[in-house]
Amino acid sequence: MIYDVLIGPFAEFEFMRRALAGVLTLALGGAPVGVFLMLRRMSLVGDAMAHAILPGAAVGFLLSGLNLIAMTVGGLIAGFAVAILAGLVARVTELKEDASLAAFYLFSLALGVTIVSIRGTNIDLLHVLFGNVLALDDQTLLAIAVNATVTMVVLALIYRPLVMECVDPLFLRSVSRAGAPAHIAFMALVVINLVNGFHALGTLLAVGLMVLPAGIARFWARDISSMMVIAVLSAIVSGYAGLVLSFFTKVPPGPAIILVAAFVYLVSLLLGPVSGLLRQLFPAPHLEA
Amino acid sequence: MGALTFHDVTLGYDRHPAVHHLSGDVASGALLAVVGPNGAGKSTLFRGIVGMLKPLAGTISLSGANARDIAYLPQVADIDRSFPISVFDFVSMGLTRRTGLFGGIGRKERDSVERALGAVGLTGFEARTIGTLSGGQMQRMLFARLLLQDARIVVLDEPFNAIDAKTSADLLDLVRRWHAEGRTVLAALHDMDLVRATFPDALLLAREPVAWGKTAEVLTADNLAMARRMCEAFDEGAAACVVDAPSSARAA
Repeated sequence: MIYDVLIGPFAEFEFMRRALAGVLTLALGGAPVGVFLMLRRMSLVGDAMAHAILPGAAVGFLLSGLNLIAMTVGGLIAGFAVAILAGLVARVTELKEDASLAAFYLFSLALGVTIVSIRGTNIDLLHVLFGNVLALDDQTLLAIAVNATVTMVVLALIYRPLVMECVDPLFLRSVSRAGAPAHIAFMALVVINLVNGFHALGTLLAVGLMVLPAGIARFWARDISSMMVIAVLSAIVSGYAGLVLSFFTKVPPGPAIILVAAFVYLVSLLLGPVSGLLRQLFPAPHLEA
Repeated sequence: MGALTFHDVTLGYDRHPAVHHLSGDVASGALLAVVGPNGAGKSTLFRGIVGMLKPLAGTISLSGANARDIAYLPQVADIDRSFPISVFDFVSMGLTRRTGLFGGIGRKERDSVERALGAVGLTGFEARTIGTLSGGQMQRMLFARLLLQDARIVVLDEPFNAIDAKTSADLLDLVRRWHAEGRTVLAALHDMDLVRATFPDALLLAREPVAWGKTAEVLTADNLAMARRMCEAFDEGAAACVVDAPSSARAA
């Protein structure tokens, strides 16, 4: 019985195994990036960037139909263009990063929806908006795996300047030139992982497996390394449980995964030892010193 | 040959000068107080020295040193205190020039971090996250990081603001130690008694240099009154500056 529910679907169906592999890979790359997004107060920036990749993916779709590689490349180009333009405008002018990003991503999202609706059917639009983790082919799985590997290597390389730029940007500027390159590399990682999530979860939910696990981790850990571990674990658990939920119900897999992650988030919000609500309502007695 | 030489330097924002026509020389190993009313241009001058602000005119030469080799304590630190980082890790940032961005932190580096924490009286705080520190402990931690930077030139922008007497005294001891080690130290300060007691040299700024030299000769009642008068307001319609003869005579 338990076997039938927890393992059966994956033993029996290849598309479920592919979906699981895709979700696990997604979690490994996306969740640590999500932790940095949260710590830099950029969680919503991730969401905006997810919309910004749409026109690129849509152009790829126009040129070669539902070809995932073409959509990946298009998404990467659009995402990088918006990230770099927004970053440049913020560094060169008085406009802050959030405002300049909002302008570019709105433009990008409108362009993307326009392109898809001119040429595509409603089903195509649904695929673009919500993704389809049950239809990952070999090429796409490979692309997701490569992206996740690149993410982990690059994150390891820029880890120190990235942490320094989060905690004390003025100091980093005073001792090193690495701040701006690290920031750009980080934005590139955000784009890469959004394109990854785009295939499985679509443009609307792509950021879900990055931001929600990071939020979960904040309630359980006080230092950044444990946060990243917990974020990856909770992303993996949400992905797996979401696939199982979707297999036995009518919930589509993308929303199912995000719903599970959101549920874990709510539980963490209540029970988490670091500033969780229950801990705040019923604080332990204060100490002597 | 000074550690730091200003050649007719004008620093400012949006073409409006905040420090006007400064020329002069900070001797290597000097302990220089930069004094002046709020808005006199002290912070602007320091930003120029560490290379964060490009002069509108003139040059600042560091006699071969790189601006990134200056240890700089800004007045308003842009530190995210909610970031989950321990005091130990934060202070080890001071090793960046030595270890680079990828170099490991081994036994030797750990020992020097411990020594720096000990020197500022924060032994035992290693594992605390920075958000749990008080204002004074925070300033001690920043000084520990400055210690680790091991820089020839140290620039401190109002280091003792909102700091209690005990902490100021402890940190001032570090400043004296740097001076004894032959480092060049510049500090922006408001406490004239402290300047007179500790700093051999002073630069009185009021958007342009009022006086520069031995502290006793700089901090006279006349000079201080003149500095207060000279801090005129930012003029939206100011004309382009035509003064070609710099005020170096006064600033020498």
